Amino acid sequence: MSSNDVNRIWIKGGHLIDPATKTDGPRDLLIENGRIAAVDTKLNANPGDVQVIDATGLVVTPGLVDIHVHLREPGQSYKETIASGTAAAAAGGFTSVAAMPNTIPVNDSAEITRWMQAPERDARARVYPIGAATVGSMGATLTNYEALRDSGAVAVSDDGKPILGDETMRAVLSAAAAAGLPVIQHAEDTRLTGGCSMNAGPLAFRLGLRGMPVEAEAGIVARDIALLRELDDDRAHLHVAHLSTKKALDHVRAARHSGLHVTCEVTPHHFVLTEEAVDEYDAHAKMNPPLRTVEDRDAMIEGLLDGTIDCIATDHAPHAAHEKEQEFERAPNGITGLETSLGLSLAVLHRRHGMSLLQILALLSARPAALLGLAAGTLAVGATADVVLLAPETEWAFRASESRSRSRNTPFDGWSLPGKVRLTMREARIVHREDPSIRQP
Amino acid sequence: MQAASFLEKEDPLQRAHRLAKRRVALLFYESSTRTRTSFELAAKGLGADTTLVSALSSSIEKGESLKDTGLTLRALGAECIILRHPNSGAPYLLDRVTHLPVLNAGDGMHAHPSQALLDLRTILHRLRPEHTNAEIDESTLAGVTVLITGDILHSRVARSNAELLPRLGARVILCGPKALLPECASEIGPGIAIERNFAHAMRGAQVVMMLRIQKERLAGLELNLNDYIAHYQLNAERLAENAPRALVMHPGPMIRGMEITSEVADGPQSVIEEQVRHGVAVRTALIARALDAMPELVSA
Repeated sequence: MSSNDVNRIWIKGGHLIDPATKTDGPRDLLIENGRIAAVDTKLNANPGDVQVIDATGLVVTPGLVDIHVHLREPGQSYKETIASGTAAAAAGGFTSVAAMPNTIPVNDSAEITRWMQAPERDARARVYPIGAATVGSMGATLTNYEALRDSGAVAVSDDGKPILGDETMRAVLSAAAAAGLPVIQHAEDTRLTGGCSMNAGPLAFRLGLRGMPVEAEAGIVARDIALLRELDDDRAHLHVAHLSTKKALDHVRAARHSGLHVTCEVTPHHFVLTEEAVDEYDAHAKMNPPLRTVEDRDAMIEGLLDGTIDCIATDHAPHAAHEKEQEFERAPNGITGLETSLGLSLAVLHRRHGMSLLQILALLSARPAALLGLAAGTLAVGATADVVLLAPETEWAFRASESRSRSRNTPFDGWSLPGKVRLTMREARIVHREDPSIRQP
Repeated sequence: MQAASFLEKEDPLQRAHRLAKRRVALLFYESSTRTRTSFELAAKGLGADTTLVSALSSSIEKGESLKDTGLTLRALGAECIILRHPNSGAPYLLDRVTHLPVLNAGDGMHAHPSQALLDLRTILHRLRPEHTNAEIDESTLAGVTVLITGDILHSRVARSNAELLPRLGARVILCGPKALLPECASEIGPGIAIERNFAHAMRGAQVVMMLRIQKERLAGLELNLNDYIAHYQLNAERLAENAPRALVMHPGPMIRGMEITSEVADGPQSVIEEQVRHGVAVRTALIARALDAMPELVSA
């Protein structure tokens, strides 16, 4: 704190991109007491009272928002803790993460929801818990949505365990609508995917692996949309997690055209990689939903470009080395993603497909924040000072061994990526910095 | 193939010097008669010490991972591991963690390369005898049609043969009911076609290879066995009517009375026992190659 008890930070000389306010140009940013106080082409602050951070040559943008991560706490701190997972988030430019409830025990209560947000967790990014849609995510009895919401849960989901029963899903959609919470569905008809470990098709056949058909995802998405339509409640919001198939995307597109509140996310790995990555049985190419064909991958990019896909989310799923270093069919699903999401998005969507930085950053901040109704993802005056300084053209090599996550399960080890996060600030506190000479205000 | 022939004819004492006292481990997570015995005899024929580790009589039963089992064998001096495993791709993992030569003795539904090679040697001996001791190329099996019938879905033998034989110019026809032979099977490589009608498929085939229904891998799949027998069993009448001169092959184990009748299996067209015999020669060459003990061959 400075002498007059006002904490001021002046981020000077940067190029500000704030998708929420459609700002894209040179702007200075003034932060006071943890909030954005001013955004202007030329700010004049009293230098004695302010810490200046030089952002010359850098993009200044809101702290990124990832609405799909697995922080593994409580219960599996050998894979990740809330502290380590959010440190990885901060390194990747994320200041807000929504944590899935498939912890041990499952987060199906206000108590665990509060525990996850407690200061003792030492989180560098704000953690927004997602509550289980059913008790223990067992797909039978609904949890108490009002209690979850009032303790901080921002959505309900049984992620990893799809809600299969029509009656249950109908009740979940209805109760969530009443509580004002979105329902996030992991769309997978597990009756079609038993024993499967990759995408169905000629490659799975050649590799001797049982394949998950596209219909397993598309069928549940179509069913959920039908239930939503039938429910006919304006408050109801269905969000499809980690969409991976063209067929399911087409269902979402059609539902949106008919005015239903259906949103969806896609992970970087589903718009970057294809099932070919499985070729030598590398378990780092094993996830659920699985990597799909080139056609599906291209459909994800098209959906991002045309706006059908609302946001990018990582499905950050840390697993210990000994778990991934197993026979492909036995290894658990998932990869880490928080530190590579921005770089992969810039590499593919910006460099290869010409998407503007403003659009990409919208997919990583304003849009996911709006989707879950989070007070995050903007640098508008009055907003919480979650800020990222980014060198968008700087190439860097991602090294799994240097990851802040407790786990190293990534297929992107050694990849050269554009866009280096120089500094991440959450509520005006530096939570990640590359240059140690920038001091904590 | 040439090395297999050379080593087969080589003086046994000479041959036993090639890998004298070197250590070869056989790591078998699944039961096996032919493959295990022939790999073992092949390694011993080259003079190697062999050790067999099988899932049920080792620490694997106590939960030891494939990685740790491999590292243990390496620490005990194994220079090469021959692996049979129920999971597809397991040899890739063992190779990555041990950096030892790994010979795939069958992995899940994926591949059984040494079986495909011994099948090839059997086919060459019978149909292309002039090539058994000469170089082979992409046209050696031109004009040969190999029909593989049965449980293709679960068969690593079918996959390895479908990958190998077209490379030498053969046509591979796959035959079986949809539940055991998905349409995408023909897309795994060139020179592969699907024909559901067994009798049609047999006409024009020089080789009829039958496969067992792998009950242990059906995973809930319901199959009417009487119906299967009615449509796909190789019996004497079918063979006489549609392929009276074709070679009859089977990688074993056979279930007589199911996919093949005894009359056919023991009949004059059957080369099933020959296949087994070729296994030792082929596996001798594979082990010699893995451990850099190959004979110098004068190229043809």
